[in-house]
Amino acid sequence: MIALIDCNNFYCSCERVFDPGLKGKPLIVLSNNDGCAISRSDEAKELGITMAMPVFMIEDLIKKHNVQVRSSNYTLYGDMSERVMSIIKSYTAKIEVYSIDELFVDFSGFNHHDLARLGSRIRKEVSLCTGIPVCVGIAQTKTLAKMANRYAKKKSANVGVYCANTDHSIMQMLQHTQVDEIWGIGSQYAKLLIENGYKTASDLLAIPEEWVRKNMSVVGQRLLAELKGTSCIKWEEAPPPKKNICTSRSFGQYISDKRTIEQAIAAHTSACGSKLREESSCARKIHVFIQTNPHRGTDKQYFSSVTLQLPVATNSSRELIRYAMKALRIIFKSGYNYQKAGVIVLDLIRQNVIQAGLFDNEDRVKDKAIMSSLDSVNKVFGKDFVRFGTHDYGRKWKLKAEQLSPCYSTCFQDIPRAKAK
Amino acid sequence: MALKLISYVSAGFPSPASDYMEERIDLNEELITNPSSTFLFRVEGDSMIGAFIPDRALLVVDRSQKAKNNSIVVAVVDGEFTVKRLVLELAKRYLAPENPRYRTIHISEDMQCEIWGVVAYIITDAREV
Repeated sequence: MIALIDCNNFYCSCERVFDPGLKGKPLIVLSNNDGCAISRSDEAKELGITMAMPVFMIEDLIKKHNVQVRSSNYTLYGDMSERVMSIIKSYTAKIEVYSIDELFVDFSGFNHHDLARLGSRIRKEVSLCTGIPVCVGIAQTKTLAKMANRYAKKKSANVGVYCANTDHSIMQMLQHTQVDEIWGIGSQYAKLLIENGYKTASDLLAIPEEWVRKNMSVVGQRLLAELKGTSCIKWEEAPPPKKNICTSRSFGQYISDKRTIEQAIAAHTSACGSKLREESSCARKIHVFIQTNPHRGTDKQYFSSVTLQLPVATNSSRELIRYAMKALRIIFKSGYNYQKAGVIVLDLIRQNVIQAGLFDNEDRVKDKAIMSSLDSVNKVFGKDFVRFGTHDYGRKWKLKAEQLSPCYSTCFQDIPRAKAK
Repeated sequence: MALKLISYVSAGFPSPASDYMEERIDLNEELITNPSSTFLFRVEGDSMIGAFIPDRALLVVDRSQKAKNNSIVVAVVDGEFTVKRLVLELAKRYLAPENPRYRTIHISEDMQCEIWGVVAYIITDAREV
């Protein structure tokens, strides 16, 4: 059996753990640059705020109902996610982290257990230890576990656990799941299925296999098998090594001067460098792009990018920044209102198999020592505590995050206050 | 693999301690039993001075510990964190200060009150005491 455990309204729940005054109030967390609502409390959902709704469309609603708004604080969410995952890991090592707020758990070694009770125990422990509410769906395959999780939420958020392990409980769940709610069915296939009279997941069990093969290809066949209880989706314990790493951000405001864009590019490149070092990889190519806002019709439009081949694969931020600056000089044109810039390091290889260059003038030993000192200092004092000269001082390009909460659990200055008054 | 320096090799005599070297004491390990459920808080105010918690003290708070009678807890009252001693008497529950200048809070049925975590350790900066 497989369980899918996910955190309810995760970002909102994290904010509430450390700001209990937010409990019971409508709350939304915004995407980068405070653009759209990406996490909503139940109270906010009830007001009709939907996923990814842009803030400018709901400004009146926010004012009228005093909706609490927060910028996304990924430092906080990342730490809370790690806590939740490590508690679940203490039950069984075989888990697959699917996203920041959900994971699959292999319960195949727990067949003699009462799985619904086990799920409920995990749920209680996560809530006790972290304050984060989770729901648990248990079933034979990943697709069914995902469905059971959804059903658990819909049926009764108080119980928060649904175990589809008998014919009756499976059927009940399938009958109450619309085809467009099934994991892996996109809007195109959902439309096709509904047009052909298949409305619920239980209707799908009756579909002739021939029809599925013809109309929904191998994806559909796999899905149908999963619904019938045969596992077809692979278990991925470790994420596959990355093929490239991208850091790009929209600016908090429009930028046209080169100096500021240089600062942003340097910061993004340095972030790529530290991610590379974290994964013990090196990049053989670097790609830099800049663009104006295509949705602003009044502005002159420009988009350009360039990829540079590096003479020797590297993960030194210093060296990467030098090439990124070179790339920017090639593509930058003045007179435009730039909205976004990004850096992608690609063609990655393990750092222990890099090919040295015959005419290589870099002092790689020294560079490596500098980078590892940089990483260890920043690990202690916080991200970008020590940074490159090219990387900003004004931070004009920085993300708009006006409602950012403190990093309660990762930054010593930000820890919550307890009143003794 | 990360290698660790365990001792310097002296050119003259080998250190008689080299066979006896052990890890230094790590306060994280000593003070934090359950890292996933432990958080730090900063105290504001002097209502807990009698329990050796001065203003600005650092609290190591463990959410996984069960609050018992006389536990020092971080509780949420009216949407705010407060540090108090939990007193359980028959069917009644109180949040008691440790300073006669402050009042005890009776936790009534209709009150919005939640025990957020149990204070496991109190750390104070000796220069501030």
